[in-house]
Amino acid sequence: MKKKISTLPFKGTPEQAEQLMAVIAGVSSGGHADKSMLMHVMQQAQSIYGYLPYEVQVMIAQGMDVPLEKVYGVATFYSQFALAPKGEYNVSVCLGTACYVKGSQNVLDKICENLGVEPGECTEDGRFSVEACRCIGACGLAPVMMINEDVYGKLVEGDVDGILQKYKI
Amino acid sequence: MKSLNELFAVRDEARKKMTVRDGGGDVIRVVVGMATCGIAAGARPVFSALSDEISARGLANVDVAQTGCIGMCQYEPILEVLENGKEKVTYVQVTADKVAKIVEQHLIGGKPVAEYTVGGVVDSVADSVFSVNNTDFYKKQRRATLRNCGVINPESIEEYIAADGFGALAKCLLELDPNEVIGIIKDSGLRGRGGAGFPTGLKWSFTAQNYADQKYVVCNADEGDPGAFMDRSVLEGDPYCVVEAMTICGYATGATEGYVYVRAEYPIAVARLQKAIDKCLELGLLGKNIFGSGFDFNLQIRLGAGAFVCGEETALMTSIEGNRGEPRPRPPYPAVKGLFGKPTTENNVETFANIPQIIWRGAEWFASMGTEKSKGTKVFALGGKINNTGLVEIPMGVTLREVVEDIGGGIPNGKKFKAAQTGGPSGGCIPASYFDIPMDYDNLVGIGAMMGSGGLIVMDEETCMVDIAKFFLDFTVDESCGKCTPCRIGTKRLYGLLEKITEGNGTLDDLDKLEELCRYIKDNSLCGLGQTAPNPVLSTLSRFRDEYEAHVIDKKCPAGVCKSLLSYEIIADKCKGCTACARVCPVDAISGTVKAPHFVHKDKCIKCGACMTRCKFDAIIKK
Amino acid sequence: MSNMVNVKVNGIPVSVPEGSTALEAARQAGVSVPTLCYLKEINEIGACRICVVEANDARGFVAACVYPVKEGTEITTNSPRLISARKTTLELILSDHNRKCLTCVRSGSCELQKLCKEYGVEDEDRFAGKMNKYGIDCSAVHMYRDNEKCILCRRCSAACEKLQSVAVIGANDRGFDTHIASPFEKPLGDVSCVSCGQCITVCPTGALSERDDTQKVYDAINDPEKHVIVQTAPAVRVGIGEEFGYPLGSIQTGKLITAIRMLGVNKVFDTNFSADLTIMEEATEFLGRYTSKENLPLITSCSPGWIRYAEFYYPELIPNLSTCKSPQGMFGSLAKTYYAEKMGIDPKDIFVVSVMPCTAKKFEAMRMEHTAVKGLPDIDVVLTVRELARMLKKSGVIFSDLPDGEYDTPFGLGSGAGTIFGATGGVMEAALRTAVRAVTGKEAESIDFMDVRGTDGIKEATYDLDGNVVRVAVASGIANAKKLLDAVKSGEKQYDFIEIMACPGGCVNGGGQPIQPANVRNTTDIRATRAAGLYEDDKNLPVRLSHENSDVKQVYAEYLGEPNSHKAHEILHTGYVVRNRF
Repeated sequence: MKKKISTLPFKGTPEQAEQLMAVIAGVSSGGHADKSMLMHVMQQAQSIYGYLPYEVQVMIAQGMDVPLEKVYGVATFYSQFALAPKGEYNVSVCLGTACYVKGSQNVLDKICENLGVEPGECTEDGRFSVEACRCIGACGLAPVMMINEDVYGKLVEGDVDGILQKYKI
Repeated sequence: MKSLNELFAVRDEARKKMTVRDGGGDVIRVVVGMATCGIAAGARPVFSALSDEISARGLANVDVAQTGCIGMCQYEPILEVLENGKEKVTYVQVTADKVAKIVEQHLIGGKPVAEYTVGGVVDSVADSVFSVNNTDFYKKQRRATLRNCGVINPESIEEYIAADGFGALAKCLLELDPNEVIGIIKDSGLRGRGGAGFPTGLKWSFTAQNYADQKYVVCNADEGDPGAFMDRSVLEGDPYCVVEAMTICGYATGATEGYVYVRAEYPIAVARLQKAIDKCLELGLLGKNIFGSGFDFNLQIRLGAGAFVCGEETALMTSIEGNRGEPRPRPPYPAVKGLFGKPTTENNVETFANIPQIIWRGAEWFASMGTEKSKGTKVFALGGKINNTGLVEIPMGVTLREVVEDIGGGIPNGKKFKAAQTGGPSGGCIPASYFDIPMDYDNLVGIGAMMGSGGLIVMDEETCMVDIAKFFLDFTVDESCGKCTPCRIGTKRLYGLLEKITEGNGTLDDLDKLEELCRYIKDNSLCGLGQTAPNPVLSTLSRFRDEYEAHVIDKKCPAGVCKSLLSYEIIADKCKGCTACARVCPVDAISGTVKAPHFVHKDKCIKCGACMTRCKFDAIIKK
Repeated sequence: MSNMVNVKVNGIPVSVPEGSTALEAARQAGVSVPTLCYLKEINEIGACRICVVEANDARGFVAACVYPVKEGTEITTNSPRLISARKTTLELILSDHNRKCLTCVRSGSCELQKLCKEYGVEDEDRFAGKMNKYGIDCSAVHMYRDNEKCILCRRCSAACEKLQSVAVIGANDRGFDTHIASPFEKPLGDVSCVSCGQCITVCPTGALSERDDTQKVYDAINDPEKHVIVQTAPAVRVGIGEEFGYPLGSIQTGKLITAIRMLGVNKVFDTNFSADLTIMEEATEFLGRYTSKENLPLITSCSPGWIRYAEFYYPELIPNLSTCKSPQGMFGSLAKTYYAEKMGIDPKDIFVVSVMPCTAKKFEAMRMEHTAVKGLPDIDVVLTVRELARMLKKSGVIFSDLPDGEYDTPFGLGSGAGTIFGATGGVMEAALRTAVRAVTGKEAESIDFMDVRGTDGIKEATYDLDGNVVRVAVASGIANAKKLLDAVKSGEKQYDFIEIMACPGGCVNGGGQPIQPANVRNTTDIRATRAAGLYEDDKNLPVRLSHENSDVKQVYAEYLGEPNSHKAHEILHTGYVVRNRF
């Protein structure tokens, strides 16, 4: 799957940058970073920032003196590296056949409209991310969505605002 | 630590501490299985409840320790009580509130709590059986590789040493020259446990032959086959063993640096291994001049980041070097040009886990287990449609029947065994007709399956073999690195053909094309992942061609799995007209009036199966 | 002397140096094995699998391009199974390939197309299935990328990273989604691409190509208001012949001039002229800096790929760059000032077309900061050799039958020193020829400065000019330049004058030169062969020293005064900007 790139503005703090620089310093000697530690640095960066946006990858590329494309190539090769943040609440809407024919696309559209994001994206405040998922095996409840572990079934568009409201508080 | 005697002193001291209290009196040892599966099942609260209870009651003669995987995954959390001279008692599905009774009645009162033991909980085990050792699940097993897992505390170097740990390393460094070490490994007949079964001693000798300023030892702990977790188990249950083995390998091949490449999904394994490395450095069992022999060895952990292909040895090395984990053509082989371009020996965790014992107990001991060309034992992760799931270790050559019927306790719900899949996405299936074939490397290859890393998935009559092939191909397509044409595009097209067949659009020509493409991908792919990717298809196609033909000719899925080929029907005689099915149907494909038989409109039905699940009268069938 | 090993290829015994690949052994035996991803020493990854062969000492098929043969190895290259496997590989590639071949710029020179024909691929839909959709990236001024025609051989990204140390394109994502692109899928125009075009020259298909600017030239020719003049760069005379069936390295200046003239342009001039002018300016600049010891080493500025690289990656070296415009720029500047005045034409109506072996020149032509006439570009359109060849083919000229033409005046005379600008070391040699004269007051004993010739990536020499020791270095290919500059920055090396060309081997191997397929690149040193043509041309020219070029002298006499004069500075010199890489 091609990785979705976040369009959210970068919200890194100087403290986070400092942590990342310390990680890079930890794999460097004599001003030269051990380039074989790139993945390690990226893993640390992801645990500092939650994902690997452009700004972070640039810091890594500059700090380790490796081409940015190399960092990005690695980031998109391994499934654990994320280019978009996950929200505090991850809303996944089932687009399996049963849900789809029962109008889950409309539900998804409504959620995206409510939150102002596209599928695969995260809201600016980092609270909600939205994704479409494959059949979760609850066809009898179609259309279905999950918010973190909570399952909601038999949805109609009109339910969306109310359900999301519960998590917004 | 500088000598064998010093090691023995530590060993004897540790053994004493584990069995006898300083002030006299036997120690009762209680271990809680705290590998990933145990922890996930709730072992941590059990462990703390136990510790609290024991200290609250001031039981000075009870030692509580965590240990690795005991093997019976579905009965975690597991707690075992070991006393000198007595048979161990295995408590299963332990919860924190069961702890007090176990302490009271057993540890203090000396009487096991029968209803919590394996015999008391597990249906297939007689009530009188307290120890897991007496269950069918264990009786046919032979724990050699996993001997310390579920026995010692993986975070205690003393306990490892008490179990003869580092004896083999000391023997190598102080008594054997590198060639002799390789000779012992060769004589043992040990073959790589990661997949293809290449002779380990021979592999080591290749690296040893090459002169270089730097050589490496790499441990492949990027266990990626869905369903296989023996390497995780070893790292979590016996991490010092891997450290010791890699150091021995370094000595034998002339390498002074080692890397363990672990999947990032194994945080507990990583933490325990790191502790083990730190402790060894502290005690001089890693680092400079080990055992005063002049031999130096250092070990580093590198984490994977989610790429199955990194289990392939050259891809793994490319990944350690900080790149996209794309495989490199071989030759040159790693023994000539491996990690960072230097001669490198790579083995997987399970292979390494056998090394110390082979050195310590001798090549003959190891070679006495197994078959003519496959020596020793093999760990399998038993899963799928089988009663007992978990990790089992058996001598090479045990039959599939013994594994499925005796150890695995047969198929649930009285269903019929159809096939077992070994080797994950690289492997193939063993049909019922080979139920009595002794399982070793060569036999499995001979029948179009492979040992692989040891995942063994049992399938019954309700498993569609075309669907299984598609499932594995889906996995491979997802995990292909994208470097070479046959794998990048070929597997995608293979998947497309399987999709076409399972959707009922396939033709007999497609079956020929499927087979042709499979052979092409096998012959032409750059690395092992691509070369073995078609195996699940080829193997099912040759063993279950009738199922494929049913899909393309009759447009039927005999196992009733492939949705597009199913149809749901309501048996009028059984239908009470309760309307539940009509209400649950997401597409309003069921009509009928209350208290009259209902009817499925096949043109509307999307085959989600919701109606069938909802019907209380078994009136709905799928065909 | 390496050991030889005895191997057999299809039963034919051959003896090859130890460590040879099966591909090399096969060639030695007179057998060719098809390749797609393989580029000798640049991309040896065994990925495309088109070169599979059978070897008696290997299980299964092996990729000939990376398989090392040993004593006794027996290779089979043409068994029915291999032929069928290669055909399937091609069919699979086609199943995810935009097959609008008839309208593809590389139709006829596409390596994939050629192989499909050779292997008798009949059904391009045999493995039809989902295809990747990417769209065309035409954000860069010099080229476009059409990933739907990409076969993922990775020759481009290898060239970008290994030859050029730029690495702005590489493999992203994995599996069937793998594709070549820039970080974060940014368009090429938004990343620190230096426009060198090396990726284009190694691309086997139409996935990468120069931006086609020929229509602008047609429009200008057909515009009665426009006075269209064309300049041809030094390395064009050695490249153009390849497009018309001449062997590598043949000089076709005369036919080139005639052919261009037949397109209907007003004048055809020689960039060699402005190369000589560049030497006059740059040699003077060098002597000034050498005397004052300021901003040394002086680094040449003729190569726009290198200049862009310096702006992105070595901004601290900008003061060391020569302020001279490149020969292309100097030509354009004079065309719109001196020439316009001389001819009495409004500079707005002068349309300057450059024919260049270079794609970065397209970017250079866009630089508007220091044009000679404010608001007017010095150069209106840059055509690569490939685009010019397309125009000539379309015009119907029968190139081989054309009589030799002569360049027009007043920019028609170029010296041998100008000609060798097209090869690495040539600018240095040309400058030395003139510097010797300037410093010592007499001509050099030999004007052939052999130390700076040849295709080595980095060359060094020291010259004693009447007691003035001048340390020079020459680098071509940005990876080599980077190595050299890092040594200078660290203080490990000291030089007074450095020539840098972005493309390995210099302009003869520029990103705008005719494309030679990998099988030629892998077996011939096209840099050396083309350069040899230029050195031969130099040897045969009546004038071989820039300072003896009478057209140059005339421009100074009539217009500029003397080298580095105020006027010369205004018109012929430029400045650079620091660019942000991210």
